[in-house]
Amino acid sequence: MELAEAIILAVLAASTPLLLAATGELVTERAGVLNLGVEGMMIVGAACGFGGAWLSGSTIIGALCGIVAGTLLSLIFAMMTLGLAVNQVATGLALTILGVGLSGLIGAGFVGEKIVPAPHLHIPGLTDIPLIGRILFGEDAFVYLSLALIVAVWWFLYRTRPGLVLRACGDNHVSAHALGYPVLRIRTLAVMFGGACAGLAGAYLPLAYTPFFIPGMTAGRGWIALALVVFASWLPGRLVIGAYLFGAVTILQLHAQGAGVGIPSQFMTALPYLATIIVLVLISRARTGGSTAPAALGTVFVPDR
Amino acid sequence: MRKILIAATAVMLATGASLFGASAADKLKVGFIYLGPIGDLGWTYQHELARQALVKEFGDKIETTYLENVSEGPDAERSIEQLVRAGNKLIFTTSFGYMDPTLKVAKKYPNVHFEHATGYKKDKNMSIYNGRFYEGRYIQGVIAGKMSKAGVLGYIVSFPIPEVIMGINATMLGAQTVNPNIKVKIIWVNTWFDPGKEADAAKALLDQGADVIMQHTDSPAAMQIASERGKLAFGQDSEMIKFGPKTQLTSIMDNWAPYYIDRVKAELDGKWKEEDSWGGLKSKMVVMAPYTNMPDDVKKLAEDTEAAIIAGKLHPFKCPVVDQDGKTVECKGGDHLDDGQMLGMKFYVKGVDDKIPGGK
Repeated sequence: MELAEAIILAVLAASTPLLLAATGELVTERAGVLNLGVEGMMIVGAACGFGGAWLSGSTIIGALCGIVAGTLLSLIFAMMTLGLAVNQVATGLALTILGVGLSGLIGAGFVGEKIVPAPHLHIPGLTDIPLIGRILFGEDAFVYLSLALIVAVWWFLYRTRPGLVLRACGDNHVSAHALGYPVLRIRTLAVMFGGACAGLAGAYLPLAYTPFFIPGMTAGRGWIALALVVFASWLPGRLVIGAYLFGAVTILQLHAQGAGVGIPSQFMTALPYLATIIVLVLISRARTGGSTAPAALGTVFVPDR
Repeated sequence: MRKILIAATAVMLATGASLFGASAADKLKVGFIYLGPIGDLGWTYQHELARQALVKEFGDKIETTYLENVSEGPDAERSIEQLVRAGNKLIFTTSFGYMDPTLKVAKKYPNVHFEHATGYKKDKNMSIYNGRFYEGRYIQGVIAGKMSKAGVLGYIVSFPIPEVIMGINATMLGAQTVNPNIKVKIIWVNTWFDPGKEADAAKALLDQGADVIMQHTDSPAAMQIASERGKLAFGQDSEMIKFGPKTQLTSIMDNWAPYYIDRVKAELDGKWKEEDSWGGLKSKMVVMAPYTNMPDDVKKLAEDTEAAIIAGKLHPFKCPVVDQDGKTVECKGGDHLDDGQMLGMKFYVKGVDDKIPGGK
């Protein structure tokens, strides 16, 4: 039982950065913008988040630095793709390359330093509940924040008028524009939200996961977050399932190896990705009708034309 | 793609810089290919320290360039070739997976000299060099065997190549000398560098009852997790005590600087020729970090073991070596396994309760 609890706690921590980054990207893509620069924004968020926390001694300031850094980087993306109408795929890839280099530069001064990791919550009474206490109330605050955030995003997208407008921009920017909605402004805000989430997701790694900064420490998690958005067919509920499924398979395969289950480790390592593909196939089979992707995803919009 | 682009940019910058440097032609250009970022605090960091030592030693006589984050595979060949085109005459490729790419480029450019770390293929213009890390692993095994209360070690490993398997075996042989029933739990993470995953693996091993963690991956994540849980761990490649002041028992540290200085000097003097260097504790290519967080008797035992290995009185793979299935391994090196057997090691020794991924 203790082992099961330990596994669940590890899964929560492993899934959180993925969920945070994917939440931001989901909103960005729902507005019709494909930002492939998640990995770049994450790693810069990690560098700035760590730097902030290291200088100030505060996890919250670190997290804020990560958010600001991710947002600033996403603004570059917005200027290029929305302002100058440059190809989104190319710009996103460039953003990742820029981010990787930039984070190394920013982080050079504090590689090898360490900080106090984000504290685990302890709510007297609640955290001490046997079995579920530590899982529901005993992880670091980011874990629960990421869940609250995705609920808020769901509520925003499906229960509010601005959310509806945002989705309209993603599905048909010409119509949204014709109706008088400021498509580019809405998209810029969506891109910034995506950047903020990616920055926070990146900052989570050095602030809570492994409390030191090393260049390249995101190790491809930004790409996984991108894949998760597709996996979730752009639906917040499925995004949570996807992120936790991915986290769970990742952790369980490590445990299976430690326990000496005789399955080749290469297969185990590939398992999360295989699971993702299988679920994608199942989803697309179960669906009737066309794609669930925002119809205008990745297309350039220039209002004056 | 990312790495190609970064590499290409770096080479372009390097080429550009050399065009502007008027005296560049007189200098010996030395290139390096790194697996991770130079700030990984582990494997790549040590190569970078050695490169800096070169710059300090030779000053204006040489010009060094490095490409970091070069993945093992097709990217590597392109990156090495780009270093050649940029005019580098001596190129160090610093990971096992660069072996075939280096060999390929070496055949194409017979006038350029190559130095490949940790591999086993060489050529007229391609040397190989490596550290006898198994000596350090053996000492770690002895310490771990003494320090583990549960009698269970946790071992985080990257890829099932001979170097890594040799490390596991040396550790177990060392541990078995002090605790014949020692067990080891092994997790393959299939990456050299992913702090998050290394941390996850460390958590999984500790959750399953291991109480001493060792690793053959490059970041201090595992050390930090062990520290958080109040358990013990060994550093890897570099000093990692900062991440576990009460956790690190010791660390096997790579010390490439003397070798690199030697080789560059030879190149400058026009005396470079291909060699096969495998230096251990004796030649100080492998250095042990201070023995910490252990009682004096264990420390003494570790020091004695180290002294015995240096003196040549003790060989970690002294015969008879018995494999996992109980078969005695042929003894080609007299009273111990020979270098070829160790460098091509594809079996576990007795007592390892795991299967080599992809093995028979």
